[in-house]
Amino acid sequence: MNLHEYQAKRLFAKYGLPTSNGVVATTVDEAIAAGDQVEGDRWVVKVQVHAGGRGKAGGVKLVDTKEEIGAFAKQWLGKNLVTYQTDADGQPVNKILIEECTDIDQELYLGAVIDRSTRRVVFMASTEGGVEIETVAENTPEKILRATIDPLVGPQPYQGRDLAFQLGLNMVQVKQFTQLFMGLAKLFVECDLALLEINPLVITGEGNLHCLDGKINIDSNAIYRQPELKAMEDETQEDARELEAAKWDLNYVPLDGNIGCMVNGAGLAMGTMDIIKIHGGNPANFLDVGGGATKEKVSEAFKLILSDENVEAVLVNIFGGIVRCDLIAEGIIGAVNEVGVSVPVVVRLEGNRSKEGSDLLLESGLNILAADSLTDAAEKVVNAAGGAK
Amino acid sequence: MSILIDENTKVICQGFTGSQGTQHSEQAIDYGTKMVGGVTPGKGGQTHLGLPVFNTVREAVDETGADASVIYVPAPFCKDSVLEAANSGVSLVVCITEGIPTLDMLEIKVACDSLGVRLIGPNCPGVITPGKCKIGIMPGDIHLPGKVGIVSRSGTLTYEAVKQTTDLGFGQSSCVGIGGDPIPGSNFIDILELFEKDPQTEAIVMVGEIGGSAEEEAAEFIKSNVSKPVVSYIAGVTAPAGKRMGHAGAIIAGGKGTAAEKFAALESAGVTTVRSLAEIGNAITKVTGW
Repeated sequence: MNLHEYQAKRLFAKYGLPTSNGVVATTVDEAIAAGDQVEGDRWVVKVQVHAGGRGKAGGVKLVDTKEEIGAFAKQWLGKNLVTYQTDADGQPVNKILIEECTDIDQELYLGAVIDRSTRRVVFMASTEGGVEIETVAENTPEKILRATIDPLVGPQPYQGRDLAFQLGLNMVQVKQFTQLFMGLAKLFVECDLALLEINPLVITGEGNLHCLDGKINIDSNAIYRQPELKAMEDETQEDARELEAAKWDLNYVPLDGNIGCMVNGAGLAMGTMDIIKIHGGNPANFLDVGGGATKEKVSEAFKLILSDENVEAVLVNIFGGIVRCDLIAEGIIGAVNEVGVSVPVVVRLEGNRSKEGSDLLLESGLNILAADSLTDAAEKVVNAAGGAK
Repeated sequence: MSILIDENTKVICQGFTGSQGTQHSEQAIDYGTKMVGGVTPGKGGQTHLGLPVFNTVREAVDETGADASVIYVPAPFCKDSVLEAANSGVSLVVCITEGIPTLDMLEIKVACDSLGVRLIGPNCPGVITPGKCKIGIMPGDIHLPGKVGIVSRSGTLTYEAVKQTTDLGFGQSSCVGIGGDPIPGSNFIDILELFEKDPQTEAIVMVGEIGGSAEEEAAEFIKSNVSKPVVSYIAGVTAPAGKRMGHAGAIIAGGKGTAAEKFAALESAGVTTVRSLAEIGNAITKVTGW
């Protein structure tokens, strides 16, 4: 789960990290009023969306008057911001952050992730702030400094000092950085983060460290024990179909092809997309109905797949382990009857009670094509969707 | 021979009297697994499925001499359950549960390593040595005792590989689902090492997927440490970047963890790769001459 910048900064503040004073506005009037609430005669206005690249897309602006704040709010509230990280539709702008302006002397980078190879929380710091860390890693990997956190011992101040001295900071800044590092490490663990980025972490004109931006991603598996963070979830930033799928405990990712897929198991769902592609077709989605697939879930999955207008054929690929193929077959028949499926449906059932499942489908009298192998299924569904492209 | 488990492995189940624990313990018993009891705190002294129930893993191990524990408890309690098992004298812990917080796994992994306890999973189908011992949720009847070792990050893809090697008559020595989480208890290298040493295993199937670099690390390991033929399939060529594909660990992040990178690394290590998962069995035929 992602947080907005303003939410990340509230968390930073809670952990004692230096952030800018700012106000979040959801209407033009609120935005203009924010000019009085936030001191100074210059402000930074920033759209709040779950995507990077806001600045280049026009979603961040330096303004000198309250009229300009209003104009910016009017320009963006209710619109979508398209950046290089979003799809062509962009992300809806429902909130704008109005912040005091910060005098910037230098831009640094500070971030933390769970490193899968070392199985540790790893902090990364760099003098190359303000650009994407992936770019720095690609071009000048030696400019990324690392500190690894021991899961049992936790972060230690010397690790922060070590990074700070390597960044070339002065003694006052080293102290500030070490506090920042310790605070962030605490935040990372207490809030079950998966990723944390301050880019840029700036040195102000007065020589102080300051968090100018904030990006936070929370481990979805841990949301159950983070009720305060869960309450910050902004569903407007998620794909509507993915949200609907999540309600039914289905994993769904929309793609741009024309062959709908319903599969049990995440790995097999990806494998099914891949085999469709090999046979010249294009998958319209990833969908994992999961191990505990019920008749109702299958029915909902079908509705979801068919809500995509591009779908010209559907492939159901089930390898029954825990899940029983005859139950899946009943779900398919129920869904086809209820939803009124007009596109061809190819079904491949294997494993637990697959014979019973196939018999049910055959006896149903519905327009369902049975496939006897994975390759056969892929060929049949690609043909049914209009052939290889 | 086989790896991890055989006909002598004594298994207990944590979460024994719950619905998952009951269903899969019943199937394991039917399959011939030497289930010796289970643990549900507060139900010690009862009998379930004809086996004794204990309050603690320590008690269960003391009374039954169990070597392995399989865990079917809900994700919020898994850290506690794995740590209890690891500190109670079993040498193998298999955790089936999906959805364990990643930070919990960091601590679990350190603890298991320091205690010398092998953890398989979480978020996995488990381990099976066909005809001898089944620990997990895989359908037993698709397996055939034989000579192919299978290791995979995905449950249903493991079943596909099992079915193909059964249909061709090769059978499996052991099949290990290491799970779809970003921090697995055991990784590909741990299992490849065991298969390499196991005389029954004559060829290895490794099924990977997008996300992380476990396949690339395995490729490096295979290059200098594995003499047996390895066939590999990687799922997710068509997966878009930045999207989590069902498994917590299946995500292309910052342009890293793509299927293309993994195929390339494996091929440069001399591994036979297939682009279609339907071709796993045929590739084994080709590479072994069976």
